[in-house]
Amino acid sequence: MLHTVNKSPFTHNTLTEAARFATKGSVILLIEDGTLAARSGSKHEPALKEIMSRNDVYALEPDMKARGVGSVAEGVKLVDYDGFVDLVAQHKTNTWL
Amino acid sequence: MNDGTGNVDETENDQNVKKIMFVMRSAPHGTIYSYEGLETVLIMAAFEQDLTMVFIGDGLFALVKDQMTDDIGIKGFIKTYGVLDDYEVEKIYVDRISMEERGLVPEDFAIDIEVKEAEEIAAIMENQHAIIPY
Amino acid sequence: MKFAVQVLRGPYNNQASDTAYNFVKAALSKGHEIVRIFFYHDGVINVNNLAEPPQDDRNIFARWTELGKDHGIDIVACIAASKRRGVKEGHIIEGTRISGLGQLTEMTIEADRLITFG
Repeated sequence: MLHTVNKSPFTHNTLTEAARFATKGSVILLIEDGTLAARSGSKHEPALKEIMSRNDVYALEPDMKARGVGSVAEGVKLVDYDGFVDLVAQHKTNTWL
Repeated sequence: MNDGTGNVDETENDQNVKKIMFVMRSAPHGTIYSYEGLETVLIMAAFEQDLTMVFIGDGLFALVKDQMTDDIGIKGFIKTYGVLDDYEVEKIYVDRISMEERGLVPEDFAIDIEVKEAEEIAAIMENQHAIIPY
Repeated sequence: MKFAVQVLRGPYNNQASDTAYNFVKAALSKGHEIVRIFFYHDGVINVNNLAEPPQDDRNIFARWTELGKDHGIDIVACIAASKRRGVKEGHIIEGTRISGLGQLTEMTIEADRLITFG
């Protein structure tokens, strides 16, 4: 399963909630404001690390660049729209609005 | 194929009947998402799809009984949930942690639901043809 | 692979329409098939033809017309959601149409993947 998260962790608990339903082998993709969770040094980095100990976490690079997210937390994998498409082709998708 | 309830799934070979799960995470009234989501569920039920509804987070509040919307001037839709049974939408699950975090108990809900652990819901999610979030 | 795309938010207010468009373009360039794009909730506003976005920004409406007309993708706005929001036949952009939730059901059944943007 591919879980996409488009909300900032600073205003929503969407990422935490999505992670609770991520089975072994499921991956999480941060898009839009969701990519704000991928910034290294933020207060959410430990929680992100904890999620990454169980599930792969990707972030949509165009959204990160658009927001000037800059330094990315170690372990987060970056994809472009082509990579996004590949992830959807590989997994059924659940969008966490 | 076993659907997890011990029943053999007879619809598995029918190409036009798919397992579709609705993930309901929006509180009622603040946005229309939950209400329009329910409209979609009823249409897909009329198309006789194999539906599951899962309520997570604030989505649980859409099911709480005694919603009185007169004073906000919005038509309530809690009664509409009552027809799900007629449409044979019977797999209606509530996430236990979401329920407990909100101080809710199964008796607070207007319809029969089954409380499930996130792990159980996630396993059912994996078994779907498609997931539709509202 | 066959993808079906659902968009739940209106244009400009949320990025969902932009992300959906960029996703669809990438999917097409990689050889995937887009079974249909279905607009629901405020997403139906994406097909209204009365908008005049500033010329120095992207035109979200023109982009849907490009996908619908030039790429032949079936683009549908939900009729019930459209009626609520004043989106109606005769006032929609080229390359799109208004129809029922049966279209969402049908594309969900037919596609290998349903992806929602909202």
